[in-house]
Formats: sequence, structure tokens, C-alpha cells
Amino acid sequence: MLQNCKDVTRENLLTEVASRLPLGYRFVTMTCVDLGDAFDVLYHFDKNYELSTLRLRLPKGETLPSVSGLVFAAVLVENEIKDLFGIAVTGLAIDYQGHFILADGAPTAPLLKNPPPPTAPAAEGAPKNG
Amino acid sequence: MARKSVIPFGPQHPVLPEPLHLRLVLEDERVVEALPSIGYIHRGLEKLAEQKDYIQDAFLVERTCGICSFIHALTYCQGIEALLKLEVPPRARYLRTVWSEMHRVHSHLLWLGLLADAFGFENLFMQAWRAREEVVDLMEVTAGARIMLGMCCVGGVRRDLTDEQLAAVLKSMDKLNRQFDDLIPVILKDYSVQQRLRGVGRISRETAYERGAVGPVARASGVARDFRETGYAAYGELGFVPVVETEGDCYARMEVRLAELYQCLHLVRAAVRKMPSGPISVTPKGNPDGEYVSRTEQPRGEVVYYLKGNGGKNLDRLRIRTPTFANIAPLLAMLPGCELADVPVIVLSIDPCISCTER
Amino acid sequence: MTFLNAIFRNLFSRPATRRYPFVKREPFPGTRGQLAIDPDRCIYCGICAKRCPANAITVSKTPSKSWTLDNYRCVICGYCVEVCPKKCLTMKQDYFSPK
Ligand code: SF4
Ligand code: SF4
Repeated sequence: MLQNCKDVTRENLLTEVASRLPLGYRFVTMTCVDLGDAFDVLYHFDKNYELSTLRLRLPKGETLPSVSGLVFAAVLVENEIKDLFGIAVTGLAIDYQGHFILADGAPTAPLLKNPPPPTAPAAEGAPKNG
Repeated sequence: MARKSVIPFGPQHPVLPEPLHLRLVLEDERVVEALPSIGYIHRGLEKLAEQKDYIQDAFLVERTCGICSFIHALTYCQGIEALLKLEVPPRARYLRTVWSEMHRVHSHLLWLGLLADAFGFENLFMQAWRAREEVVDLMEVTAGARIMLGMCCVGGVRRDLTDEQLAAVLKSMDKLNRQFDDLIPVILKDYSVQQRLRGVGRISRETAYERGAVGPVARASGVARDFRETGYAAYGELGFVPVVETEGDCYARMEVRLAELYQCLHLVRAAVRKMPSGPISVTPKGNPDGEYVSRTEQPRGEVVYYLKGNGGKNLDRLRIRTPTFANIAPLLAMLPGCELADVPVIVLSIDPCISCTER
Repeated sequence: MTFLNAIFRNLFSRPATRRYPFVKREPFPGTRGQLAIDPDRCIYCGICAKRCPANAITVSKTPSKSWTLDNYRCVICGYCVEVCPKKCLTMKQDYFSPK
């Protein structure tokens, strides 16, 4: 359904990404979709206004290998996905330790379909930003 | 030996219109490393969008950004229309183009004012914002609101323009053109502007491409990418050619935006003159199902909407990648090597819009 | 040289600003300022409340008929005006000002 979409696995993700870069593909962004028992992690690339996407089906609980070693631009969005979906991303070029978008005391993984209940209620008077 | 120090820059800083935080590692006055952090105004908009139906979302996504609001709604609506296989009437496409370009004018003028403010050119700040008032008023006349137009809906636009209003648009464009003629040549030649911007924050074409730069940041480095070239809305019929510069410094980024100001006027005029008659919207039928990635060009660059419908009224997932998000990575390539005093100028030269970056 | 013209124009033209709040600009005819309701025509169907993207309207039929608008939630989009079956909602041109 998605324009130019190709399925990849965790094993060949990095090689697939690496093989696209010399062809002149520009990294656009990543999208993460909560499917219930798995995530869809989409890597969007663009070449001459044409979008091409790699789709990685990631079962919940598995770690996501970072592509930021190959495409530095991915580091921000990978940190965002880590914050908002609670996916552990390995090998990040810059790791914000879950504080890229969220602050202390913010809900964990708020973009999941069923976010986990807040573990420790924020102390009275604690800053509630996030 | 140079002394190393780490200073926090932002989120509250006199030159920053929005809360971006940079952790700068300095060697004496020279920046050697910069690390951004955001998250001060994350609003969870993508989550909220899942709870509203797809018609209401058009109003919601408009509030992603307080500057290029109309184009957010446009991108979203184009995505939904693609999922619903809706054909938008020609008049609606032209009106969308007119409002998009008005937004670009106001956004670039706003940015020009902020940039001038960042390097201490108060007078230019006032001149730019005074010109901006003209176009913001024009949006109020045509759409009924100054920034949050709320005019784009799934299937078309919500308000038609009368012939008198179209004539008023043309008149305003002439007025703006005269103001630009006064202002822009002076800015480009001004000594202090040149001193502050030339050679500052340069990035090469390769770096810009590799880091995924979009919009004027990419075009100032010679990457001729402008999504309007694909001809969405009415752009395909107006003879659009992107503005490109090759220097890649702050001055080039300013040149691109200033040239785009004229181009916007040209596009608005062309769209008004060619305005087809007919209906302005079609009623959407059914519910979106499937995935689609919708992209358009905002004043800051390409915006990406990922839409996933499940056949119901509500969307399964709406993801927004705003241009500033893409331009932060190139920003990190611009900063190392510059003087501390140039940091505000460089940051502003990407035209940062943090609240839409975090959504 | 070109700027000389602009300088003179700036010197001899009226200021771009107004002495607000003493001098107020008339709102433009199509401006969306605030929402108004004609309660006599309203049938309390609740369509406006359901469609409002900002959840700003509350309509109830029981125990007593009421239609309330939270002005601080309303984003003045005008969508309710479009969907109201009785056309009893209108947009006024002046802005809502907190009392
Ligand atoms: S939609 Fe109109 S008639 Fe129905 S409750 Fe709202 S204002 Fe009243
Ligand atoms: S104008 Fe828009 S936000 Fe305000 S009450 Fe009507 S639908 Fe809701």
C-alpha cells in the first residue's frame, strides 16, 4: 500500500540501509507504528522526490539496531522513538538515555496504544513538564 | 593552551524565539561541539490525533505550528484525500496555493525580523515585521483569521474568495512588492549584514545532503530540492522553479529566502490570475484505510506526514516530521568551528521552529 | 541610495501602529471573532458538541436544556457553524475578551 515499500529484517537492516546511501538516497525520517504485539519501524528514504521505505517488523521486547552509525541524521528520530515507544535502541551515536523528548516524571512510552500506568506518581510539587 | 568550557545555550535565551537547548563545548571562544536537546514543549499531538476523527484532525494538525499552519493542514488533507481517492476541484487547488504562498511570505518576513534581531539590527526587524503585517491582514481579510486560517478541509477549502477579494489580494501583492523593493536590495548590500552572515556557518553540498537538510538550508548549499517542484496543489501549472544558491553560509540562506519572497508574490499573482471557477470542495465519503506518506514544502522545508487509517473514523497513526527536525542534524554540522557570538545567527539561519519539531 | 526613498517615506508617513486600546481597528467583515448562538432556534441536538475539534461545547437535554461554550477551549474554527442543522450558530467579528 505504501509507495515503494520493502520488508527488511533486523539482520539485514544495516546492509540494506548501507546499500541505499551510495545510490543517492537521502534519509528522510523514521516512523514507528504500534501494531499491538509488534512494532512497524519504517525507514523513509528519498531520491528525486520519490519516497522509498524499508519496513522492519519488530516484535515487542526486541531491541532495535541503530542506523545512526551509517546515517547520522537518524540519531534524533531514533532517540525520539526510544522515548515515545519505549523501544531499546542499541548502538546510538548519541544516546539521550530516554530524555530526548521526555523529562523526568513524564509518562513512559506515551505513544503506545496502551501506555503502561505511571510507575511512581510524581512527587508533590515536582515539575510536570514533558 | 585553549581552555575548554561547556556552556548551556537556551532554552531561555534573548535571541531564541523558541526553546531550543544547545550544550556547547567551547575552546576559548570557539565552538568545538554542540549537542542539542529538545522536549520543553512536547504536546503529544500525534497521540491526540488518534482520538479525533479524520475531519477534526485537519484543525488539530494546523496547530502543530504557529507559523506555517495552513501548510500543515494542506499536507494532512492531501494525504487523506489520497487515501480516500478524492479528486479536489481545481479552484480549491488554486486557493490552497494562494494561502500557502501567503503563509510563506509571512513566515519568511517573520524569520527575517528575528534574524535581524539576533544580530542586533532592530531597524530591519521593524521594517520586516511591518511588511509582514500587510500579509497577515490579507489573510484575515480572505480567510477570517490571521494565522490559524482553518481554511483547508478534507476535500477542498472552506471559503471561496470573491472577485473583489481576489483583486484585493493582487493589490496587496503590489504593495508588498514595493516594500520589498525598498528593503531587500538594502539588506543584501548592507555592510553589517555582510559582516555578520558571510562565511558563517557554512556547510557543503555533500554534508547538507548526507545530513538530510531540507528547505532553504539545502537550497542554499546547492541542493535543488523543493517539493513544490512535484506540482502538488496548483504548483505544477504555475511554472515553478526552485531558488538555489551555492555558498552554503548564513548569507546564502538569507538570499534564498529573500528571493523566495519575490517568488511567492509571483506565485500568488499567477494563481489569482489563472484562478479557475467552479466548486471549492467535495464532500469526503467513507473512511481512510491504508498507509500514505504525504509531503509538501513548507517555508522551512519539506514536511512529512505519515498517515495510517484502519477503515474507521479515527486514524491508527499520524506521524509528523517537520522540517526543523530534519535541519537540526545539519545545524550540528554548522556549529563546530564557529565563534560563540555567531551561534545565535547560525541557529536562526535554519529558521528553527521548535514547537512543531516536538509536536 | 535606494534606501533614501524609504527613509523619507518612513519619516513622513503615518505610524504603522495604533494607539491601542484608545484607537481600535474595525474588524474585517469575514473575521472569525467569537461564536454566538441564537438559543431560540437551537434544538439541543448536540451535533455541534460532537463535531467540535476542541470539545468546547457542552449540550444537554436533561434535566434542563442547556448549551454552553467554553470560550477558552474554542479555537474559533467555525466548524460548528457549518454543521449545525438549524443554522443557529454564527460567528461574530469582534474577539472574545475576558471580563
Ligand atoms: S448543532 Fe445547532 S441546533 Fe444542534 S445543539 Fe448545536 S447549536 Fe443547537
Ligand atoms: S468554533 Fe470550532 S472550536 Fe469553537 S466551538 Fe465551534 S467547532 Fe468548537
